Amino acid sequence: MFRLFKFLSKKDYLKLFFAVVLIVFQVWLDLRMPDYMSDITVLAQTEGSEMSEILKNGGFMLACAGGSLVAMIAVGYLAASISANFAATVSRELFMKVERLGLSEIQNFSTSSLITRTTNDVSQVQMFIAMGTQLLIKSPITAVWAITKILGKNWEWSLMTAGAVGILLVAIILILIFVLPKFKKVQKLTDKLNGITRENLSGIRVVRAFNAEKYQENKFDHANSNLAKTQLFTLRAFAFLSPLMYLVIHFLVLFIYVVGAYLIDAANMLDKISLFGDMVVFSSYAMQVIMSFLMLAMVFMIMPRAQVSARRINEVLETKEVLKDGTKTAADAKSRGSVEFKNVSFSYSGAKEPVLKNISFSAQTGETVAFIGATGSGKSTLVNLIPRFFDATKGKVLVDGIDVREYKQSELRNLIGYVSQKAVLFDGTVKSNIKYGDNGKAEAKDEKVLEALDVAQAKDFIMKMPDQLDSHVAEGGTNYSGGQKQRLSIARAIARDPEIYIFDDTFSALDYKTDAVLRKELKKHTKDATVLIVAQRIGTIMNADKIIVLEDGKCVGMGKHKELLKSCPVYRQIAESQLSPEELKNA
Amino acid sequence: MPSPFNVEKPQGKDSFFKNIKRFVSELKSFNFVILFALVMAASSSILSIIAPDHLSELTDTILAGFFTGVDFNKIREILIFLTVVYILSALLDFLTSFIMAGVSNSFVKKLRTRISKKINRLPLRYFDEHQTGDILSRVVNDVDMMGQSTHQAFSVLVSAFTLFIGTLIMMFITNWQMALTALVASLIGFGFVGSILSKSQKYFTARQKELGRMNAHIEEIYSGINVVKAYNGEIESNKKFNRLNERVRNANLKSQFLTGIMMPLMGFIGNFGYVAVCVVGAVLAREGVISFGTIVAFMVYIRMFTSPLNQIAQALSSLQATAAATERVFEFLDAPEMPDEKDLSAEVHAEKIAGKVDFSHVKFGYKKDKEIIHDFSISVKPGQKVAIVGPTGAGKTTLVNLLMKFYDLDGGAILIDDVPISEIKRSDVHSLFTMVLQDTWMFEGSLKENIVYNRKNVSDEKVMGVLDKVGLKHFANSLPNGINSDISENDSVSAGQKQLITIARGLIEDAPLLILDEATSNVDTRTEEKVQRAMDELMKGRTSFVIAHRLSTIKNADLILVLKNGDIVESGTHKSLLRASGAYAELYNSQFSQ
Repeated sequence: MFRLFKFLSKKDYLKLFFAVVLIVFQVWLDLRMPDYMSDITVLAQTEGSEMSEILKNGGFMLACAGGSLVAMIAVGYLAASISANFAATVSRELFMKVERLGLSEIQNFSTSSLITRTTNDVSQVQMFIAMGTQLLIKSPITAVWAITKILGKNWEWSLMTAGAVGILLVAIILILIFVLPKFKKVQKLTDKLNGITRENLSGIRVVRAFNAEKYQENKFDHANSNLAKTQLFTLRAFAFLSPLMYLVIHFLVLFIYVVGAYLIDAANMLDKISLFGDMVVFSSYAMQVIMSFLMLAMVFMIMPRAQVSARRINEVLETKEVLKDGTKTAADAKSRGSVEFKNVSFSYSGAKEPVLKNISFSAQTGETVAFIGATGSGKSTLVNLIPRFFDATKGKVLVDGIDVREYKQSELRNLIGYVSQKAVLFDGTVKSNIKYGDNGKAEAKDEKVLEALDVAQAKDFIMKMPDQLDSHVAEGGTNYSGGQKQRLSIARAIARDPEIYIFDDTFSALDYKTDAVLRKELKKHTKDATVLIVAQRIGTIMNADKIIVLEDGKCVGMGKHKELLKSCPVYRQIAESQLSPEELKNA
Repeated sequence: MPSPFNVEKPQGKDSFFKNIKRFVSELKSFNFVILFALVMAASSSILSIIAPDHLSELTDTILAGFFTGVDFNKIREILIFLTVVYILSALLDFLTSFIMAGVSNSFVKKLRTRISKKINRLPLRYFDEHQTGDILSRVVNDVDMMGQSTHQAFSVLVSAFTLFIGTLIMMFITNWQMALTALVASLIGFGFVGSILSKSQKYFTARQKELGRMNAHIEEIYSGINVVKAYNGEIESNKKFNRLNERVRNANLKSQFLTGIMMPLMGFIGNFGYVAVCVVGAVLAREGVISFGTIVAFMVYIRMFTSPLNQIAQALSSLQATAAATERVFEFLDAPEMPDEKDLSAEVHAEKIAGKVDFSHVKFGYKKDKEIIHDFSISVKPGQKVAIVGPTGAGKTTLVNLLMKFYDLDGGAILIDDVPISEIKRSDVHSLFTMVLQDTWMFEGSLKENIVYNRKNVSDEKVMGVLDKVGLKHFANSLPNGINSDISENDSVSAGQKQLITIARGLIEDAPLLILDEATSNVDTRTEEKVQRAMDELMKGRTSFVIAHRLSTIKNADLILVLKNGDIVESGTHKSLLRASGAYAELYNSQFSQ
């Protein structure tokens, strides 16, 4: 957990320093108070003492208490400020780290786990810091201070105090050994529960259509019971701790007195009085020592969960970014709008079979290159290598003559307009979604947004809405239909004005008519741009300058529609499945 | 669409008490156990009021024995008595804590279960308007918060109150003037703390709310990460994140600070009371009203009196965070549910359904002021295959949503075998349909689990058979553990394969009516041909509704409806519609236009 402290800023360390100073001051004030207290006690018990003396000592004591209060409030503010800053910094670091990670690393963590790590886990650590730092600093200071006051007073009593501390330490260590692993499990089960809830929410229509509410609820119940069972264990382990602590304190004081009684009884008259005084002082300071340990124990009670959370945060933060950022920019490019694959193979880590095998092709400026093939043949994976969502396992991917791995990632992506298979929209307005992101140029003007919407065949339905460009888009675009979402995400790519377009099976969600019109408009609009299309429909790609046919990750055909019909049996089969014989002839 | 967060409710003392009251009333089912635990907590407090008295008796005995020798019989007596008291008190504390741990744990578990059930009882409309991330934050963060206070706050409050009242009684019995002094001194402090508490509630509510908002943003970005990356959207999303994060930070700072100053404040009040008691005691002693022993006794009492105040203040401030969490959890649990269906008596049995479906003057809009389907009427005979085509946004999927009773109609009726679906239970309507959607949805689990889903007694052979039909047999065999291999939303299963799995899931369900909403849009056409054969087989004798972009798949439909802006603009068979050379012909020919 302490590794996370590197996220405290210099200013926060300064605050921490002030907090420590204030705490020392406050402990000093607190330990002064008993002196005035005993003075008042003596004065109040002594007949004929001056009223003004009592008031004076009372005033001093109140001044100490007031000073201590002010110091504590200041410490409280500093601690709150440090912990709030810390939480803000760590969650920002996490958020940005996740944005930098490659898709395969993100998949390894699972999205729902990353969400819990960025929010819930950070809260856990923050709570610990807010409560923990004060106690963690204050209790050792108090303990040491109190110990120096009783040091060497009496070995029997010292031994008993040491024994009590020993018992407490053993209890804390035992709990750490048995409970810490359970806390790890609790967070894991929380992830699981989170995942099941997400799944139910995202598939709500399917769940209802299948009358599977009970099924989902049972699944949830199962995870919920597991979580509750594990949590109960940890809660009950701690139920044991606090009464034990008090028991130790009470018995320590009791035994100090009882042993004291024997010591005093055995001592000679002169020693009796000083022994009695020592006993009272010893018991009160021994109590202070134990109390400090009790406070430390409280820290340890909240620490395991925070520690597990911290570890989970570190796991993310310390994940190696496989995609190393390069240095080259668009200015270094040797050509404009070209894409070349040189003997590219790709396999997911741990997979037996590569997804892509030895793919080579090139696309020149202004060309349209299409990829077609059966489901699972590797088309999407292939185009995902171009914006560097993954890195090729073997071979090279070149954009504008430069290996994609040598580019600064943002520079590489500035060149590309990517539209994913599944339309992704963000909470905001239509305009904010179209203007989304940054392409290294000036922000798109409204005319540009309208033009993009027009090309993407989305202008009509957007302009019909009362708020037009300012119409609200809900999280994930849930207030638009599938086709509308897809057209908006195409418009987003167009507004970006890229050199290279990548349409990853984007058009399948559109009806034929929209698809046809859209592509025609797009062709007009993207005359100079290179277009890479992954498609299912022959109609979508018939006119491409180059069609690449994939089968099981291998390139089994490359050429124009007519050539492929003759030379490539796989392509011919695909075409036959979609077009009637006369349509094939006409083509 | 209105964001749920735009409505800021006034926050303050009232909402704090309202929420706590709600929280306590939700604990009702644990009444007896909690009462038992509270009685134990109170008993333990009473024991701790007794103990100091006997401890001072111990010192008195030692003092008294200075000249005559210590009375060890008495010491032994006290030792035994206190040992019993301490052990008993520890035991009671342990049991209270143990029981409350169980109570809070099962309370939290029940709350989570309720939320999970609630999800399935809310109308779909609710999810159109609320963010997944925010709902998740309620299930995890807010429920957690409630659990923590059930565990601690209540037992602490009760034992502290017992100690407070017990000491108060003891004080008044000993001396009323001194008791009054102690009471007034403490009450000044209490009023002070109360005023801080009432002002600070809004910060705790703000904290939970801001956390929810940040959660929603994180959810959105993490799940659309490839687009964020492709568009260099990091800068923009970071800007938004920083804005939200800053608000969380501010709310955190304020609420944390207010929690933090409670304890020192109470400590000060304790010392203040101590001084007040000593001063007043000294005055009274000089006047001869009280003895010195009384002063000593009050010095102990005032400590015992203010330390529970300290605990109460702490418990109350932790309850503030709870109140905020409670509000959010119950806001969700109290959201209006789908209409109750207990009174719906229409009996439908999947095996007896002929499959006649009528839409009669159906009107519908997702929002009240925006009608999407206007006066839609068709009649479908049993066993017919109906294809719905039309440009995106024409309302095709909306029709499916209505047919499945996902949404209630704004006007008109949908009838199945002449029974309006408004009179059939939703679950019965669902059981009549096999539905395959364009949105592929998979969950963490094995391939088999994803296909079998909630059906029972499905053999492996049947699963393999279905997989063969959709062309996934090879895929299944290539997995390390065959159909028992884990696949999930995140694995490298392609969109097309996911869709095939979804179709397989539909094929295993055997219902009299069939809905295919773009079921094969992500599948390549060669595979589709194969799947199509399987589905044609399935459609035999069943009334089916097919939405498709690829018109080749619906050429053989009995009835093709061409939809535009929620109205039927054309209807007929493939041949008759082509001959009419209207909208359908145009759509059809656009497939081949260059």
